[in-house]
Amino acid sequence: MDNPVSPRDAASSPDGANSSSRAGAPNGASAPVGADARAVGEVLLEIQGVETYYGPLRALSDVSLTVTEGTVTVILGSNGAGKSTLLGTIMGVLDGQPQCGTITFGGERIDGMATEKIVRTGISYVPEGRRVFPELSVRENLAVGAYTVRDRQSTRRTLDRVYDYFPLLADRQTQPAGTLSGGEQQMLAIGRALMNGPRLLLLDEPSLGLAPILVRQVFDIISQICDEGVTVLLVEQNARMALKVADDGVVLENGELVVSGTAQELADNDEVEELYMGTASTTSELGTAPYSSEQGARHDVDQES
Amino acid sequence: MLAQVIAGGLSAGSIYALVALALVITYKTTEVPNFAQGEMAMVSAFVAYILMTDYQTGFFVAFSVALVFAFVLGIGFEAVILRRVRNPTHLSVLVVTLGFQLALFGLAGWKWGAEQRQFPFPVSANEVIRVGDVSVSTLGVATILISVVLMVGVFAFFRFTKLGVAMQATQQDSMAARINGVPTRRVVGLTFGISSVIGAVAALLMAPVITLDTTLMWDPLLKGFAAAVLGGLNTPVGAVLGGYLLGLVENLFGAYISVEFKSAVAFLMIILVLCFRPSGLFGRHRTRKV
Ligand SMILES: Nc1ncnc2c1ncn2[C@@H]1O[C@H](COP(=O)(O)OP(=O)(O)OP(=O)(O)O)[C@@H](O)[C@H]1O
Ligand SMILES: [Mg+2]
Repeated sequence: MDNPVSPRDAASSPDGANSSSRAGAPNGASAPVGADARAVGEVLLEIQGVETYYGPLRALSDVSLTVTEGTVTVILGSNGAGKSTLLGTIMGVLDGQPQCGTITFGGERIDGMATEKIVRTGISYVPEGRRVFPELSVRENLAVGAYTVRDRQSTRRTLDRVYDYFPLLADRQTQPAGTLSGGEQQMLAIGRALMNGPRLLLLDEPSLGLAPILVRQVFDIISQICDEGVTVLLVEQNARMALKVADDGVVLENGELVVSGTAQELADNDEVEELYMGTASTTSELGTAPYSSEQGARHDVDQES
Repeated sequence: MLAQVIAGGLSAGSIYALVALALVITYKTTEVPNFAQGEMAMVSAFVAYILMTDYQTGFFVAFSVALVFAFVLGIGFEAVILRRVRNPTHLSVLVVTLGFQLALFGLAGWKWGAEQRQFPFPVSANEVIRVGDVSVSTLGVATILISVVLMVGVFAFFRFTKLGVAMQATQQDSMAARINGVPTRRVVGLTFGISSVIGAVAALLMAPVITLDTTLMWDPLLKGFAAAVLGGLNTPVGAVLGGYLLGLVENLFGAYISVEFKSAVAFLMIILVLCFRPSGLFGRHRTRKV
């Protein structure tokens, strides 16, 4: 039932060596990943040559990507580009996928692993469409999020943190999740994903359908989560907002990774600007990289053991 | 007289409630009623019978072994048969449960014939307990007590244990449960195991009332299904209330109006409920997940 490797322990297995083997920049990549001075952490997630199919349809072709510990990485791309497919592939929710390639998390191969095992290695996932449990209360939804955590005390602490992030949820603990508003459900989905103290959080369009003020709030929380030591891989349509929060970014197009670089490089990229931020964008707005990550002690969200 | 009829209704209702609960637990997982539920329970009752008659075990040993058997049968049915259905649609799952029902019924008929057997039970259906001018058979009292204890236990499990809540989560959205680390396959198997045990308890309480033969659970299954529809297929509590309501109405109708049409009442009630409250008396309308 239990994965012998506790998520925390696997954390610091020195596997930085992997990053150097990341040969061959993906098709048409304009900038190599990792050129950035800010990327001081180790490679936490490494995806190499991944291909995912829906029946005969190839949704991802030869995608390679690395995510550095302690950073926010954003995946941009138009509708149907394969962004959600990439997150689903990492999480192992697509049967028999990826058909090619490897996915390594904290030095451990996770491609082909059962989803519930992948969760135990320390990855949490907020899927497209929130997917809260409609008939369970807010509190029960969060309890399911902590399914893999044995220690009740740490669950208690994490719960308090989640309620700190989302005070709205604290007021609605006994309300069935199905009766929450869309925005509240989104917060619940994020909160639920934090409940098992993940090292890597996958977020699929967290700002979708939220009022502008809530979008800002959600992004604030994302960078706060990252500051507390959780690495974030984020799919977003709201490129401008996402690039403000992100350290690194990639662009997917028709299942291929066409651009990858630092958030700054992506923001400065004319094509990216035109396609994903609209022409009205002013680069100066993106001039500073906020929320630069520090590698201090950041275990607040995790369960301490 | 009235109190008497009500007592009878409650003990019949207990059986319906158990069967309804068993059906609803798996219905919430597959969205299809398990038509093999009745025969799975009947076979479990035969296991107890054989232990008691051929192997001379005591009742409690037989009862316990039968429940373990039912548990394994439920898990096995899910793991070996249901899970094999590729790209399951409601119809294909339905056909599989019907197929399993026929297979079990055929097997039971071949092995045990059509003979009606007296099912030994520690308390008798003929012995009565008198409270004032109400007299209830000890078996009736035992049925009500055992059912209530079991159902309270099941509800507490679903409500208050981590596994129970995870089981509900799996019923509502299995992919979402999986990404939270719930081993959904095992959980679904367990759901069928629990459901089968509840059904088996109903059969073990039913067998001494009538006699044990292979058609033991036909009537209870139909009534249990009716009760579940009545109360709401999606609400375990509703289904249980539906079971008691059905038992009461049926007995009242039989006592004051017509014994011949007693059984038809169940279906009259279903039709009325489906016309006016399609999600059941206690069910809530809910938007289906996609
Ligand atoms: N279950 C499926 N079966 C078949 N094809 C699918 C399935 N899911 C996605 N696809 C296809 O795979 C491609 C990538 O889909 P995906 O959902 O990953 O896109 P996306 O980048 O997340 O788009 P969006 O921004 O609209 O969410 C699309 O062409 C889509 O039609
Ligand atoms: Mg998507």
